Amino acid sequence: MTALLWRDLRLALRAGGGFGLGLAFFLIVTVLVPFGVGPETALLTRIGPGVLWIGALLACLLSLDRIFALDWEDGSLDLLATAPLPMEGIVSIKALAHWLTTGLPLVLAAPVLGVLLNLPPAGYLWVVVSLALGTPALSVIGTFGAALTVGLKRGGLLLSLLVLPLYVPTLIFGAEVARRGAEGLALQSPLLMLAGISFGVIALLPFASAAVLRINLR
Amino acid sequence: MSIWEYANPVKFIRVTDRILPWIAGGAALCLAVGLVWGFFFTPDDYRQGATVKIFYLHVPAAMMAINAWVMMLVASLIWIVRRHHVSALAARAAAPVGAMFTLIALITGAFWGQPMWGTWWEWDPRLTSFLILFLFYLGYMALWQAIENDDTAADLTSILCLVGSVFALLSRYAVLFWNQGLHQGASLSLDAEENVADVYWYPALVCIAGFVLLFVALVFLRTQTEIRARRTRALLAREGRG
Amino acid sequence: MMPDLGKYAVAVLGSYGVSLAMIGALVWHSIARARRARAELDKVEARLNRHG
Repeated sequence: MTALLWRDLRLALRAGGGFGLGLAFFLIVTVLVPFGVGPETALLTRIGPGVLWIGALLACLLSLDRIFALDWEDGSLDLLATAPLPMEGIVSIKALAHWLTTGLPLVLAAPVLGVLLNLPPAGYLWVVVSLALGTPALSVIGTFGAALTVGLKRGGLLLSLLVLPLYVPTLIFGAEVARRGAEGLALQSPLLMLAGISFGVIALLPFASAAVLRINLR
Repeated sequence: MSIWEYANPVKFIRVTDRILPWIAGGAALCLAVGLVWGFFFTPDDYRQGATVKIFYLHVPAAMMAINAWVMMLVASLIWIVRRHHVSALAARAAAPVGAMFTLIALITGAFWGQPMWGTWWEWDPRLTSFLILFLFYLGYMALWQAIENDDTAADLTSILCLVGSVFALLSRYAVLFWNQGLHQGASLSLDAEENVADVYWYPALVCIAGFVLLFVALVFLRTQTEIRARRTRALLAREGRG
Repeated sequence: MMPDLGKYAVAVLGSYGVSLAMIGALVWHSIARARRARAELDKVEARLNRHG
């Protein structure tokens, strides 16, 4: 399993896809928002946490189709399926690799981009916490979507259509934690809900993803 | 092909062919009676005026939008457990109908909200949940469209329907939470359908019956279509091979 | 005959119009597709029966 993880990480690094592209996308989205809504600092402060969450979500979405695409094309996915590893383990590792190459950099970059959006000082901590707690859920849900569309020619657009509605609860609670944190409000309940969603999704969704992948490899 | 693959669909077509005219007729009758009754022969509400007439469309559509998804969920489960092809195809057939009901509920809701709330759209928990439900319908239908192999498509969409149901429920609660978080105390009551007077209730009941029958008729018809289309494909494929 | 809808005429008529149009369109589409599928199946079956 660790071998698979290392292999995935190396591939992502070498291809330069995950890391750089997702981060650059995140940066661009965050830079574009003030152009769209105007440079008022008060407004940016208010919408900042939400913008960071949307940006992270879209950046995450961008790299989802790569989770299985390469392995599908060169047939190593079939090899993995016949390996002694359970399919649930494979999809979990894939999701973890995706999070390490996409989600984690986004979490680390968020405070830097927060400066651009004039985030209040109290906000930085909670933006990072909410993203750190929420992005694993995004990766796992995204892995499910990627498994659904793995064999399809033009799966990218369909993947977004399938995954985005599934992202709604995570986004709502994640952005709510960040927003309340930035405004200094009580945030225990959204934080607990976000954690609940993340852990629930990590525990249960790999079974669905594995079932889907088995069907697709049939 | 085993006997199961034929026996069930054939029987399904035979049975539904016999009862479809009755259901369709009943749907047309109920809708005509209910809507005409509601439109022409009910008094205006003292508070909402003539807009109360919108509810004869809005409430049944909203109910069926959810019921259609539940029916798809049950059909998907039957497909996963028992692997009856008709079940998977019925789920596929129901999706566009359910999506249409969702859209009707949203549009009539907007028409009602415009004079009542002074806005076409309010990020009210219920409205938002329906919008999300509509997105789920879209994704479900798109996945059916995208996959060529019939059995793979049935399997994948069933699992999507299952997972989607969980997430739709989660979204429902998330949205409730989110909206309360946004404007506390601002309670926009959409509960006009509860505790209404009998004058409004009876035509509404007829309309609900009409929408249910319409849904059943459309699902039967579309399932037949799916069965026939699949049989055509199977025959052509066999001809190509032989 | 026509009930007095007052200032809500647009809203009420609009929602009835849009809803009925959508229901009509879906019914029409379903029937058209059903006809086409039936005709196609009949054609293929007839051809197969003739050949063998």
